[in-house]
Amino acid sequence: MKVTGAQALIKSLEAEGVEVVFGLPGGAILPVYDPIIDSTVRHVLVRHEQGAGHMAEGYAHATGRPGVAIVTSGPGATNIVTPIGDAYMDSIPLVVITGQVATGSIGTDAFQECDITGITMGITKHNWLIKRAEDIPQVIAEAFHVASTGRPGPVLVDLPKDVAQSMMEWYEPPAHDQLNMPGYHPSTHVDRDAAAQAAQLLAGSTRPVLYVGGGVLKANATAELRRFVELTGAPVVTTLMARGALPDSHPQNLRMPGMHGNFTAVTAMQEADLLVSLGARFDDRVTGKLDGFAPHAKIIHLDIDPAEQGKVRRPDVSLVGDAKDGLEALLEASAHLTQADRTEWWSTIHGWLERYPLTYDEAEPGSPLKPQAVIEALNAHSPEGTIVVSGVGQHQMWAAQHWSYEEPRTWINSGGAGTMGFAVPAAIGAKAGRPERTVWAVDGDGCFQMTAQELVTARIEQIPIKVAILNNSYLGMVRQWQEMFYDERYSEVYLSPDLPDYVKLAEAMGCVGLRVDTPEDVIPAIEKANAIDDRPVVIDFRTDAAEKVFPMVAAGATNSEILVHPSQQGDA
Amino acid sequence: MAPEPFLGDVEHTPVRHHILSVLVENKAGVLSRVAGLFSRRGFNIYSLAVAPADDAERFSRLTIVVDAEQAPLEQIVAQLDKLVNVVEIKDLLSQEAVERELLLATVHLEDIDRQALLSTVADAGASVIDFLHQEVTVALAGTPLAIDAFEAELIAKYKAVDIQRTGRVALPRLGSPA
Repeated sequence: MKVTGAQALIKSLEAEGVEVVFGLPGGAILPVYDPIIDSTVRHVLVRHEQGAGHMAEGYAHATGRPGVAIVTSGPGATNIVTPIGDAYMDSIPLVVITGQVATGSIGTDAFQECDITGITMGITKHNWLIKRAEDIPQVIAEAFHVASTGRPGPVLVDLPKDVAQSMMEWYEPPAHDQLNMPGYHPSTHVDRDAAAQAAQLLAGSTRPVLYVGGGVLKANATAELRRFVELTGAPVVTTLMARGALPDSHPQNLRMPGMHGNFTAVTAMQEADLLVSLGARFDDRVTGKLDGFAPHAKIIHLDIDPAEQGKVRRPDVSLVGDAKDGLEALLEASAHLTQADRTEWWSTIHGWLERYPLTYDEAEPGSPLKPQAVIEALNAHSPEGTIVVSGVGQHQMWAAQHWSYEEPRTWINSGGAGTMGFAVPAAIGAKAGRPERTVWAVDGDGCFQMTAQELVTARIEQIPIKVAILNNSYLGMVRQWQEMFYDERYSEVYLSPDLPDYVKLAEAMGCVGLRVDTPEDVIPAIEKANAIDDRPVVIDFRTDAAEKVFPMVAAGATNSEILVHPSQQGDA
Repeated sequence: MAPEPFLGDVEHTPVRHHILSVLVENKAGVLSRVAGLFSRRGFNIYSLAVAPADDAERFSRLTIVVDAEQAPLEQIVAQLDKLVNVVEIKDLLSQEAVERELLLATVHLEDIDRQALLSTVADAGASVIDFLHQEVTVALAGTPLAIDAFEAELIAKYKAVDIQRTGRVALPRLGSPA
């Protein structure tokens, strides 16, 4: 059967089981948009290509399957660079298809030409420029294989217009295990001897901490994690990328470590004699000043990416492979071992938990809302299994701290890249992938203004997400740093509580808009929003601009210098 | 053919230099991927030689001399190995490798220099490959150390010198574990 390159592309996406793509057409990608009309693949038309990229990321986070975006050449392609960089930092499987000018025009500075494979070389796992239509099914199979195996990540396929228009003899994309890629062999199987050594080290440790990262979620290894946690009895911290990997209600879960982690999680890591890193990468936001990080701890490092071993901290036992296989190996090796007595360690930890819980001051009557209270109310009054998606800044930290995550893939955020504007489009992508779930975007007013126009997409495409704007009229995290480290000299951080009018803006985009100024209106507004399922809802929560995120480890400080909430300071 | 100078004298090669022999798929942009990786991870390339490998249709071989003091060698190798087009990486320790490099130099001569140059060339095992009026182009293939010495001598003795070096290529020394 003869087909065009464009038809071959769409048929290849169908063969890979793609159910939805996020995109926006333009000149060079025009041929690809014609067969989309007849395809079973759903296309969500975005309002800006950055939205398409973040939607594909949200979809991938929520479902575990690669997210797919299609955009045109030139500015269409450069507009999606930020989501690609974001997905690279957070190891999100993404397949981005970009149009390109015709092969004969490449290199001539043609209209809407840009070297997108060159631009994205450093922020993709791999990228391809297709020169012949007959390569399309092969390259698409390779692209999905690379994006979704090993350490997942974004890939990009650049398709020149003449290649999309030329004819080829159709063939099914090869099965992923039949691909001939001599340089791509992701390591998945964890060495059993090394696992036995790790299990021994852990069994003998009196002050261990299991340091759980996003790799556990990516490997779908949360059941194995829980068995391992319970078998060993060790305390657990779940990083920003791993919230929900172990239920927050689990008694061994100390929750989030890092710059805005809680005192107990941070301090347990500092005082540990052994850190068992499971799919985490010793990110600077977790370690604080590196040479003061967990000074007494030996390190067991399980990671699927061999380059993570020793990149930041030299491991004593290195386990290279998939977190699921690694945890199975550790479970087998630990089964017959007796764990050291950790009564004293747990009693120290319980002392910290009691003395330094997450806390904030209640709102005074008549004063603005406390953002932490809004998050807790959202958590308490939303259905079980609600997916929370955040932007980047104070609201993100409060959402990570004050929501109790009980299930994997219910917390979605931009961790490594810290991309403002992530929440609204990523929430749309998550809801497109998990339509049966309630999806709340918890956003800041600064972030919201970066990508809010995608609410038009959400309304038209019938993807009814909900958005809680914690509106403190500031770029809050920057304001917090200026308050604490720049002598309260506030430079270019004031936005405005009323401009735009978020209620009218929401209504203009076909959404329900609500505003909440007083504590007694918080729960009714949330309940009202949760009852609406035929369109997106935006709630403008007016929150206290003076509120800061605590605890905090200042930049350049060690984690031992953690600042707790002012009400707990001077208490140690 | 002139005898090769300084055969096997490699123990003074700086220890921080490692030779990576990297087999890559012959795909568009592969050199850019490797070079880009080195620059964005802050690794230093001391020299780089590229040529088609045995199966020239599919593969090329890069011989990269890296400065392993700037970044741990295992980190460089692990990051390089993640590139999808990189098929195989061999880390050749200088002590366990035979290395060669080619130097071409054009020397501008005063009359009086001619005999001296010819004897320098002969002593080094180099050869004259081109000449015109007062200019002579000489070539030397040898160990990096021999090339260094010859280059230094040319620079010291002659006023105007254009020098081109290829960068090293290497193979495991016979009988070595690599």
